[in-house]
Parts: sequence; structure tokens; C-alpha cells
Amino acid sequence: MGLLNRLDNPYNISPGIVLGTMEDLLNWGRARSDWYLQFGLACCAIEFMALNASHYDLMRFGCIPRTSPRQADFIIISGTVTLKMAERIKRLYEQMAEPKYVLAMGSCSICGGPYWKEGYHVLKGVDRIIPVDVYVPGCPPRPEAFFDGMIKLQEKINKQKIFEKRARVAQEDAKNGNIGNIHLPHGWEEVK
Amino acid sequence: MNPKDIFELLKKEIGDQALELVEKEYHDPFIVVRANSIVETCLVLRDDPNTLFDYLVNLSGVDDKDKFVVVYHLYSLKHRHRIVLKVYLDRENPHIPTVERVWRSANWHEREAYDMFGIVFDGHSDLRRILCPYDWEGHPLRKDYKTPDYYKGIKVPL
Ligand code: SF4
Repeated sequence: MGLLNRLDNPYNISPGIVLGTMEDLLNWGRARSDWYLQFGLACCAIEFMALNASHYDLMRFGCIPRTSPRQADFIIISGTVTLKMAERIKRLYEQMAEPKYVLAMGSCSICGGPYWKEGYHVLKGVDRIIPVDVYVPGCPPRPEAFFDGMIKLQEKINKQKIFEKRARVAQEDAKNGNIGNIHLPHGWEEVK
Repeated sequence: MNPKDIFELLKKEIGDQALELVEKEYHDPFIVVRANSIVETCLVLRDDPNTLFDYLVNLSGVDDKDKFVVVYHLYSLKHRHRIVLKVYLDRENPHIPTVERVWRSANWHEREAYDMFGIVFDGHSDLRRILCPYDWEGHPLRKDYKTPDYYKGIKVPL
């Protein structure tokens, strides 16, 4: 829920005055200025370039490409993730500042896509190495499908609590028995 | 020149190192040569004024179950003709001299054949893997290759 959406008719109450919590205000800003890491992997990246051009105009979501992971709010895994690239993606993800989001675009990054069986070098789903927030299926997804994913991401950001995050995480960890706040992403298992 | 003339020329220049010419209608005509004489063959084909194969279009490896094959696709920009060379290698110990000194573009092609099939090109200046990570184990396009279960702690099969 966005700040403006919370009030049935904000402009009627009193023109120019909107009521809401601080969290709403911050989330409203965050959800509408998502900067993404300029980063493409395979054929899905071509579709993504079309998405960026004037016809589909991704910038209407407040998305600006950043060439450094340190300035990016979310990363779009647009294409086939090879095992060689997986390490690099993990490193890019770790370089991004919190709060950060991952959008998996196309069936390759969701489950391996056309390489699900014989791809000896393809990671079968990027969620094996980093946590994914939004999945956009398709091969490649239509820009409209990607917009749907963007809206889902905005919804997610709008619902998030941002204050006292550390305290909440610590509480959850204590409840789940996680000590020291080490989270291994799904699919990472220790091997000898 | 047509493939027959090229084969005759090779016979004249390198003798019985050129093994046979195979012409069928469903594939490009190819000439089979011995591994030891591949550099000599390529030099002849490149420098003879009648052939002038100055362009190595492709160099690739093939796993033929009982043997490895290295395939050279040559093209001449001047005469506009093409020919295919094939070399059969022993599966156990695939070694072949490099043609990097003949066409420099062979460098990366040979690295790829090494990466995918484990064919060793003797005398190559920089025989490293080119596609797979350097610490990859095995050569993935071999017929007997088994996909690993884990790569650096990441589960590979679905
Ligand atoms: S999902 Fe399809 S379009 Fe996207 S990278 Fe994979 S194969 Fe290419």
C-alpha cells in the first residue's frame, strides 16, 4: 500500500496535506526510485534492452541503470546463469547495499530454462545462490510481464517494515536458533 | 580448384601422408591426413599459388566414439574455394601439432577443442581452457563425460 493509496481521497480532506507514517513515506519513495544494476546475461538481456528503450520506457518506474552494485537497489538476473558466472553474480549481489532485491527474469534464471537437463554448466535456478524476490516467467518474458514483476516488487517494498530491522532480525534468529546471523542461501550445502 | 585437384596436389607435395579424399553428396568433401604432417599440409595449402587457403574458417573437435577427429575448414579469399581437412586421433592419447604458426586464429579454436575434448595441441603457445572455468574437471563434450554433482558447493543437476 502506497502512501497516497492509504487514504481514500487524500486531496479532499485538505488540499496539499497527506497523512501517513514515516515508514509509508520512505517506502513510497523507495518503491518509486528503484535503481537497478546495469547487467545482462543472455538473450533475455536483449528483451531487457527493448524494455529500456522509449517504446516500453522502464524509467516510468523510476528505474535508472547504475553501473556499480554499490548504488543499485535491485539486480535483474536477465538470462542464463552459467556456473562460471554464478560466482560473479554472488559477488555482485554481496556488494550491493541493503535493502536489496533480486528479480529473476526468464525461465533460465528461474530453473535453467532450455538447459534444465543437458546443461552441464548451467545453474538450475539463480535461487540456488542468492534469494530471489520476484520471478518473471517467460522465454524471454514480454515487457508487459516484466512490468507485472516490477509492480509486484513495488508492492513488496511498500509492505516492508524498515525501522529497527536489526532488532527484528535478531529476534527471529533467536526464535529459529540461528546463531551469529549467518544465512546460507537456499541450495548452498557444504561439500568436502 | 576442385577437391580432386587439391588432393592430387597434396599427394604430390606430401606423398602418402594424405590418406584419402572422401566425396559424398550429403557432406562437404574432405581430405584425411596424418596427424604428424598436419603443419606441413597446412603450409602447402596456404602457400601454393593455386590453392592459397589463407582463411581458417573453423577448427573443431569431434568425439567419434572410437576416435577423436579434428576438423579444419579452410577457405581461400582469392580463389573462393574451400576444403575440409580431417585428422583422426587415438582416443587414449590425443596429441596433434598446433597450426597456430600457420593461421594465428587457430589459437582460440585449439583452446576450445582442448577445453571441450581434451585434445592436446603440441607446441601451442597458451593451451588453457577458454570456455569452462580454469578449475573445471573433465572435458564436457566427450561422450563419456559425467555431469558433476557439485561445483564449488553449488548443486548442478536439477
Ligand atoms: S529464458 Fe529464454 S530468452 Fe531468456 S536467457 Fe533463457 S533461453 Fe534466452
